[in-house]
Amino acid sequence: MSAEQSNIVLDITGVNKSFGGLQALSDINLQIEEGKTHAIIGPNGAGKSTLLNTCIGLLKADSGRIDFEGNDLTKGYLPHDINQMGISRVFQTPQIFPDLSILQNVMIPAFARRDGSFKMNIFKALRDEKEIAEEALHFLEDLGMVDGHSDRAGSLSRGNKRRLELAMCLIQHPKLLLLDEPTAGMARHDTNQTIELLMKIKERGMTKVIIEHDMHVVFSLADKISVLAQGAIIAEGHPDEIKGHPKVREAYLGSAEV
Amino acid sequence: MKTIELSTPKRDLIILVVFSIIVLIAPLWGSLIGAGYPDLLQRFAIFGLFAVGYNILFGLTGYLSFGHAAFLGVGSYVTVWSFKLLTMNALPAIAFSVVFSGLFALVIGFICLRRTGIYFSILTLAFAQMSYNLAYSVLTPITQGETGLFVLNDDPRVIDGALGIVSAENPLASLFGITLDGYEGFYFCAVILILGFWLSLKIFRSPFGMKLVAIKTNQTRMEYTGFNHRPYLLAAFVISGMYAGLAGGLLAVVDPIAGAERMQWTASGEVVLMTILGGLGTMFGPIIGAVTIKYMENIFSGINDTLLASWFEFLPESITNLIVTIVSPFVGSGWHLTLGLMFMMIMIFLPGGMLEGAQKINAKIFNKNKPEQLEKDGVA
Repeated sequence: MSAEQSNIVLDITGVNKSFGGLQALSDINLQIEEGKTHAIIGPNGAGKSTLLNTCIGLLKADSGRIDFEGNDLTKGYLPHDINQMGISRVFQTPQIFPDLSILQNVMIPAFARRDGSFKMNIFKALRDEKEIAEEALHFLEDLGMVDGHSDRAGSLSRGNKRRLELAMCLIQHPKLLLLDEPTAGMARHDTNQTIELLMKIKERGMTKVIIEHDMHVVFSLADKISVLAQGAIIAEGHPDEIKGHPKVREAYLGSAEV
Repeated sequence: MKTIELSTPKRDLIILVVFSIIVLIAPLWGSLIGAGYPDLLQRFAIFGLFAVGYNILFGLTGYLSFGHAAFLGVGSYVTVWSFKLLTMNALPAIAFSVVFSGLFALVIGFICLRRTGIYFSILTLAFAQMSYNLAYSVLTPITQGETGLFVLNDDPRVIDGALGIVSAENPLASLFGITLDGYEGFYFCAVILILGFWLSLKIFRSPFGMKLVAIKTNQTRMEYTGFNHRPYLLAAFVISGMYAGLAGGLLAVVDPIAGAERMQWTASGEVVLMTILGGLGTMFGPIIGAVTIKYMENIFSGINDTLLASWFEFLPESITNLIVTIVSPFVGSGWHLTLGLMFMMIMIFLPGGMLEGAQKINAKIFNKNKPEQLEKDGVA
């Protein structure tokens, strides 16, 4: 493998974060390579979500550097700044605009990419934004959601809300896509659908960081896995290496299916 | 029903034309319901405009401001000052009222929008009450405090003076020689209401309007989608503040006087009631609410005990007295009780406002789709 030659999209070096006396992250070093799906796994409370939230500016790291295209993300950027740099995020509970139509849900992120974080033009009607609407329809078609695109998004099933949220992220052509437990709380059927969907995105070579509990999801998707336990990375490698890693088994304490 | 494709340019044009016709023939339908005199019609148009603007903030973004009467007051004062210092022409006066209330809204909005929800509402309320009290105390040189700001005969009026226009004994606002009182005053307000409605329609149909609704439904997602919600909310706040200032300016145009009571919190509360009563977040709802409240105020506050007694005089005297005793707290100066009851009824049975009621009836008669899908399709 030519890991050394590929570009590093996100470079996390020496990140520490503590809440009061609790060391949530200690000296995290992580390189996310371009075009790869990088999974971060670990038991509950290992610091996975903290790490993700530090990357997107929701939490401020105590020390260390998170480098994304020359910007240090620990420098207190706001979520919209980080999105405008090219990082999109999928949430544990799908975050959509329930009162808008499905199509409008996908058009909004397309506006964000085209117009930046603020644009006010009230004299061009939404219906005249044909290019954006067509692009949105194209993405919905890709994810098999083009039928009923004028329905209220809030009426979708959880699996379909996730699908919609992914469409909303993809239309921004992000340089990095962060997925926070994309299958959490989903029925098996929805989980499998989501995996299929993510496989499809993977073929496009988009760089992804995925945080996941479900080992089935991780081993079907990830190119590389980092294992987080008690705020530190205890193992890193290809899925096959991780499967047999003694430290990982220990961290999961007898989760035999690992 | 709820897609952008459905609000065609043709449909929007029909909405605007129908609305304009209804507004312009208001003296006709007004006389049918006993409101056919200019003073009340002017109030319909002015408070309709106030509510249309307020709806852009409250209806689209969901931010409940309890301080919009402050902008109404600023608009009135600025207009009267323009009458005093420059000219009795109404156009520069209302232009100034829009500019100054906009600047005022920019400052207040910038501070209040640091908070959301109930804290935002309280901050706006606090600012409005501060403005009200300032108008009575420190700012008396500008506002004339309790007496209110009047137009006087010996005011400088430099532009009028330069053009050689001599003002009458008690100067009234004018538009290039047309005195803006009575029906002329109403039509002036009506045209501005139509323009204001057109602008609001544009906002509702624009991506900007959709983004405001998006902020209302999921601010977190909006942030993580790359939008900075602050300037959007501030823009909506300033726009609605400008509408309020314009409405305040028009109040001073049809009656050139400005008083601090216009800024009181009850006036802010009234526009909230109007918007909710008619139908929050809808195009027509706020205007329907404004007309209903101003109409009810006029009808019910005009009824007194003598009038009540004369209606029921065919009954035995004891029964007449009983009826008068029961009904009289709800009329005259107590008409707010009636308003309160009506508001409660509407909130309980028609949370979407009067427009929802109309749509439900409409849907029953024509057996159309679900009522909530009918109005909002431009944005939601």
